[in-house]
Amino acid sequence: MPLSETDLEAIVLTLELATVTTLILFLVGTPIAWWLSRTRSRWKGPIGAVVALPLVLPPSVLGFYLLVTLGPNGPVGWLTQTLGIGLLPFTFWGLVVGSVLYSLPFMVQPVQNAFEAIGERPLEAAATLRASPLDRFFTVALPLSLPGFVTAGILTFAHTVGEFGVVLMIGGNIPGVTRVASVQIYDYVEALEYGEAHRLAAVLLVFSFLVLLALYSWRPDHTRK
Amino acid sequence: MKQFVPVSAVLALALAAGTAAADEAQIAVAANFTAPMKTIIQMFEEDTEHTVKASYGSTGKLYAQIENGAPFEALLAADQKRPELLEKEGVAVPGTRFTYAVGTLVLWSAEPDVVEDGEALLKSGDFNKLAIANPKLAPYGEAAMQTMDALGVKAALEPKLVRGENIAQTYQFVDTGNAEVGFVALSQVMQDGQITKGSGWIVPGDLHEPIRQDAVILDKGKDSAAVTALFAYLKGEKAQAVIHDFGYETE
Repeated sequence: MPLSETDLEAIVLTLELATVTTLILFLVGTPIAWWLSRTRSRWKGPIGAVVALPLVLPPSVLGFYLLVTLGPNGPVGWLTQTLGIGLLPFTFWGLVVGSVLYSLPFMVQPVQNAFEAIGERPLEAAATLRASPLDRFFTVALPLSLPGFVTAGILTFAHTVGEFGVVLMIGGNIPGVTRVASVQIYDYVEALEYGEAHRLAAVLLVFSFLVLLALYSWRPDHTRK
Repeated sequence: MKQFVPVSAVLALALAAGTAAADEAQIAVAANFTAPMKTIIQMFEEDTEHTVKASYGSTGKLYAQIENGAPFEALLAADQKRPELLEKEGVAVPGTRFTYAVGTLVLWSAEPDVVEDGEALLKSGDFNKLAIANPKLAPYGEAAMQTMDALGVKAALEPKLVRGENIAQTYQFVDTGNAEVGFVALSQVMQDGQITKGSGWIVPGDLHEPIRQDAVILDKGKDSAAVTALFAYLKGEKAQAVIHDFGYETE
């Protein structure tokens, strides 16, 4: 039973979205995680809570806020229009923005934990050897927290693949642009096309299992030290 | 044990009394009919002894739940297809199916003065996006496609289409301004016979198949006095007036 062309299109789009989101989150999430792990600021609590919000907010709420904020009457929509980018909803980059927010805690929290696990001593030792703060970060902190990054990357990628509510709210279900695999499955189920739904769902299920299997089989070796 | 006996006795009495007169109907209702149904249920509970427990959702989801043993005693669907299917599969009680409402399609914008001559606007294509309900899933989406087909603008407008999973989401796309115009249900933008916000063009009925919404009693409800009473009530004048107020027609 081969997958249909639209199914393949949806899968490719899903993988693209997950890849772009994960790469952006490495760049955005790492500084946030670093700051959260090192700061003594009274803002640590509030910022940490904001980062964790997507864990507890229903995706429909997040999606609705995004639709309003990114829309022509919202502040971000006004900004993107002024900059000549146009409106983000119903575009691939709109989905990227939504996914970055939605998967933020999945990137920040494992990386933050890894940074915190290093403790002060290796960094202080490096400092006594006259390593600059940037040097300390790249040659000491980053290598020591590599397992955290791998976990964060895999979780972020997998979580974005499994994303549904936010995409549904701001995507507009455009084939090849915003119709990802989870939306495609939803369409099949709603249209009573259970055969097609099963087929694509099976692909997603096997994929998700393999990703998580990789994660859980990989981790012990490195945490055991 | 001593405490338990009186409690169970009271419970048994209550149950016995309950089955004698008042009954509870557990029904599934298409999401687009949520607002009128809430009003109708309130009136029905005041006018009769019965109570109604309603679950609202998309017809496709409700159908799948019914197929898999959901405890619903009746379905008020957004289309005719799903109630017909349930009838064929022997899950619904034959002869109980009827059209409780006919939906009206409207081309709508959240801004005033945008939609005046809807036909001319569709032909000019002078808007950023056109939101429709997914035609595969929602009868309003199917009617929107038929309308564009009848006006000969379907191919030209295809690149501007964004699809909501249901008519509520389609309304959201237009209401937030992300899509300048969209085909929504008149019931979503009308109150007391007036379009309350933005601007709209009521699509003439001859441009698409009528959007008939059928209700059917399910096997689990075939002996329920409350369900039978509710179906009779839906066909009555009071309920019909509510249905009309919300922008639906009846047959």
